[in-house]
Amino acid sequence: MDLDALLRCVGTTSCVVTQLTSGMIIGMLLFLIASGVTLIFGVLNVINFAHGSLYMIGAYAAWTFYQLTGSYFVSALGAAVAVGVLGILFERVLMSKVYGSNVLMQLLVCYAVVLISDDLIKIIWGPVPLSMGMPPEFRLPPIRFMGGVIPPFYLFMILAAMAIGLLLWLVIVRTRFGSIVRAAAINGPMVSALGIRVNLYYAAVFGIGSALAGAAGALAAPVRSLTPGMGFSILIESFIVTVIGGMGSIVGAFVASIIIGLTRSFGSIGFPLFVDGVMFLIMALVLIFKPSGLFGRPHR
Amino acid sequence: MVGRWRDLGLAVLGLMLLLLVPVFGAPPAIRDFIMFGMAYGLLAMSLNLLIGYTGLVSFGHAMFFAAGAYAFGLAMQSGKFSIPGAFVLAIAFTATMALIVGAICVRLNEIYFAFLTLAFQMLFYNIILGWVSFTGGDQGLMGGIPRPKFLGIDLADRTQLYIFCSIAFIVCIAILRQIVTSPFGYTLRMIRDNQERAAFLGINVPLVKLACFVISACIAGVGGILLTLFVSGAYPNFGFWTTSGEAIFMILLGGSNVFLGPLVGTVILRLLNDITVSYTSHTELVLGIVILVLVLGLRKGPLDLLAERWENRRQAAAQAVRDAADKDAGKGGT
Repeated sequence: MDLDALLRCVGTTSCVVTQLTSGMIIGMLLFLIASGVTLIFGVLNVINFAHGSLYMIGAYAAWTFYQLTGSYFVSALGAAVAVGVLGILFERVLMSKVYGSNVLMQLLVCYAVVLISDDLIKIIWGPVPLSMGMPPEFRLPPIRFMGGVIPPFYLFMILAAMAIGLLLWLVIVRTRFGSIVRAAAINGPMVSALGIRVNLYYAAVFGIGSALAGAAGALAAPVRSLTPGMGFSILIESFIVTVIGGMGSIVGAFVASIIIGLTRSFGSIGFPLFVDGVMFLIMALVLIFKPSGLFGRPHR
Repeated sequence: MVGRWRDLGLAVLGLMLLLLVPVFGAPPAIRDFIMFGMAYGLLAMSLNLLIGYTGLVSFGHAMFFAAGAYAFGLAMQSGKFSIPGAFVLAIAFTATMALIVGAICVRLNEIYFAFLTLAFQMLFYNIILGWVSFTGGDQGLMGGIPRPKFLGIDLADRTQLYIFCSIAFIVCIAILRQIVTSPFGYTLRMIRDNQERAAFLGINVPLVKLACFVISACIAGVGGILLTLFVSGAYPNFGFWTTSGEAIFMILLGGSNVFLGPLVGTVILRLLNDITVSYTSHTELVLGIVILVLVLGLRKGPLDLLAERWENRRQAAAQAVRDAADKDAGKGGT
């Protein structure tokens, strides 16, 4: 516990800027993953416990594409698309078979997929942590801002994640596709009765959610070390985010991700041992006072 | 009342069977297998009180398994407690933890409940990993667990330890059986099947769920204590999410509708594990594929399926007898 250090940090702009940026990159990675979880839950009413694995596969795929092509942008895009396709396969072949069943069956399918993907990663890429290194596109002098230092890649990460989030929100709120998805979220059989092939939309939503996780993996690859099992801890945090923001709400996921990201970055100075505890405390408070989450509608 | 005496008799019989193993001088490998089976069996059986009987799908049950293990191990290493004292302390600690986690979780709907229990489990796991000076971090509780004699019982002796664990195990199973056949057990089943109706009947649903959650956690804690006594240490992976996943899988394998099903599932999973380990290092891959085949192929546990088949056949036979009787009666009438 070192609250003095926290106070000293808040007193200097350089420290605030540095912590804000690192909090934002944690938050934005979380947002991409949590928005996928929340989108899939909102529409399909299933929790994808294997979402962290998709993030992990995205990171490893980006690493491989980067080794092959040497271009970070191509590899990030490739990873997102590849994981999106994988997500559609996962939905069609496995998840769609247990939609009607109880949570136990869905849990077991996801548990199996997590086990299989962790082991496959070990077989294909080896158990040793991999590191991608900073791509040449971003080997630029850091940006100086109000005494703080911001690596250009961090800025790119934050902006890219925000752009993806905005795009997702526009698609859901403004397009025909989005209205059908929102209608299907409320009453799937009714939408299906109107002559719309709901299953295709379900698969598409799962694909989009997976692609978001893949993109998060690709964005994390240059700054995180890649290990089998890396998806699980971020999955737990993204659950916390969805609970705080409200299940099914993308705006909620955005706000909650920033709250958690900043808690992590500033907490690591002031109360490093209790960061996890504080995150859970925030979540418990939300659950007690507003169980549907900050932006969620009361659950049916 | 007849059922109760029969259950008691079966419990004594089970205990005698377990105690016969060392008498016949079974090889240590078999005895070890049974001891592991008893510890994990209590984890799976107690979890089934939540999943199978109350419909609460907890994905974080292993945290109570680890809580019992660590609390017991730490109490013994402090040197201030006798084994029974540390046992009671560990159960009290597990119960307190379950009370806090349960109070937050039991009001939530099914999906929230599953992933919040998972999240709390990871919090507990991270505390174990992070608090190195107290818990030994990822090394676990090293240096062995002292096992001073009490009441003339010496748990450092393998045979006496085995007898002690067998008794604790059978007592826990008997308690679970008692709960399941009591009015409280039927209340749990009513909540599982229709919690609105249970609430209309004046049952305080969250309170009953919380009670069930705490009881189940305590029994998982006993499982953790047995494992700690057995391996003479406690390790963070006792409370890792994969341990919870395995427990759920044991229930699926054995069947959630048969009282001793999870125990059978434990034996099957441990055998499956031992067999795959001897052929390949990729046990997780094999395990994952087996789960997928079972869940997507059978849609339920193999033993549940067998039990269902048997029940159907019995009913068909009874129906046939009744039809035949009706026919005879019809003939007699004309």
